[in-house]
Amino acid sequence: MLDYEPDIITNCTNTLVDSLKEAGYSEVDACIQCGTCSGGCPSGERTALKVRTIMRKVQLGIEDILSENDIWYCSTCYTCLERCPRKLPITDMIIFLRNLAVQKGFMLKSHLDLCKKFCFSGHGVPIDDKKWKELREFYGLKKVPPTVHSHEKDLDEVKRLLISSKFNELINIDSEELGIKKKVKVSIVEETLEKYITEEEKLKISKI
Amino acid sequence: MVQDKKYSLFLGCVIPNRYPFIEAATKKVFQKLGITLVDMEGASCCPAPGVFRGFDIDTWLIIATRNLTIAENNNYDIATMCNGCYGSLLEADHQLKSDVEKRNMVNYHLSKVNRSYKGSIKVKHIIEILYKDIGLDKIKNRVKYGRKNKLDLRIAVHYGCHLLKPSEIRPWGKDSETPHFLDDLVEATGCKSINYLDKYRCCGAAGAVRSAFKEISLDFTREKLTNMRAAGVEAIITVCPFCHLQFDLGQIEINKIFKDRIDAPFNIPVIYYTQLLGLALGMNPEEVGLIKDKELSGVPPFISIEPFLTKIGEKLEG
Repeated sequence: MLDYEPDIITNCTNTLVDSLKEAGYSEVDACIQCGTCSGGCPSGERTALKVRTIMRKVQLGIEDILSENDIWYCSTCYTCLERCPRKLPITDMIIFLRNLAVQKGFMLKSHLDLCKKFCFSGHGVPIDDKKWKELREFYGLKKVPPTVHSHEKDLDEVKRLLISSKFNELINIDSEELGIKKKVKVSIVEETLEKYITEEEKLKISKI
Repeated sequence: MVQDKKYSLFLGCVIPNRYPFIEAATKKVFQKLGITLVDMEGASCCPAPGVFRGFDIDTWLIIATRNLTIAENNNYDIATMCNGCYGSLLEADHQLKSDVEKRNMVNYHLSKVNRSYKGSIKVKHIIEILYKDIGLDKIKNRVKYGRKNKLDLRIAVHYGCHLLKPSEIRPWGKDSETPHFLDDLVEATGCKSINYLDKYRCCGAAGAVRSAFKEISLDFTREKLTNMRAAGVEAIITVCPFCHLQFDLGQIEINKIFKDRIDAPFNIPVIYYTQLLGLALGMNPEEVGLIKDKELSGVPPFISIEPFLTKIGEKLEG
């Protein structure tokens, strides 16, 4: 059961629905709260993610969902999208909600770190230790793969595109830090989800 | 015109930088099948469809399209070995082919680095090339160990989500819940694909879940491994390096984190499909990257593949 006052439905201004519609997800109103999405969600079985609730909160314009972890528990398995009887692209909507969350400054630290790796190396999982080069060589491959890792010019292109789309501003990296000279405005990333990071970092696992 | 028998090989991140034996094995197996995989010089991260797309959709689309233009310049369709790269590149290509506004937006940004998207190539997963372009019959005919000396192992097939879904822009038809093409490909090698509970479920790695919430992500995998073990499988076959990592390194992690919640430690060998296919085509374990580098520590495969190789050896001798 949702524990909202009934009049919230008529009183709230719904910027979430407006944003989704503007981005092309005009079907957002069509959700009938049948729960098929939550029923098939492998993440919802073990986390607080309830896709049906996310959809309802979107319809009601309750923006808490942008600052809570739930939308980040989705493993993007697309089961909800496949099974939705109204054929709503639910997984894609969740991905769009993540975009809105990031625009508002809500991003987990581990995700921010991933972004930085990508911005500086062009790879989400870069070669960051010489053992990976040796491993490649063991299997008869070139030490460095023929990707941006081998081509400075291509890495430069990727960085210029990240600046062009203002991705670096989104995650608070100055273009000069990336080695590209151009003045950009720097915004602040709030790390409001810090409490969850410590939990994650309790796991002392050999990091690949 | 895109030429036949050559593909632009998109490497992504996890394969070249963590699981390079997948790259080595796939290149050799495709060569044996008469297909040349041409490197995409200067390609970047795809970028990952759940992670980076979750941060900024436009940036994801621009960088993915830059990768597409490298293949366009090569003039060969793309072959990917990773479900995530497949999802990103296929969906970016689909969006740009069907949405002029997005195409103009992306080309505006790409023009700053002297590139433009033409829409002249297709994006395929290597499994699609094997199953649809080469075909099951041709593969069966090439398999050396299939008639008398059967490989005949009990295999748990793991498809991975982004290979199958969203089914609307995948080549497998509408059935994303119970497909069998990968089971067919595994059985073409002489092995048996074993049915197990929730076989088509997610491994838990993708969607930025592993990077932020490792324990939650591994709980998906723990469940899958429990079901695989209950079915009595001898190896897991993957077609995605991130699923592969999640099952390989994941078993080590699960054995520590969920020590009290599992009956016994897991140690099921994890094999990428082209490695198994290579063996069936008569290649030796070394050629398909099934020998571990014992000099280096902290490198995959983390779960020993020795039991798998021993069983293969016994099957082929007997």
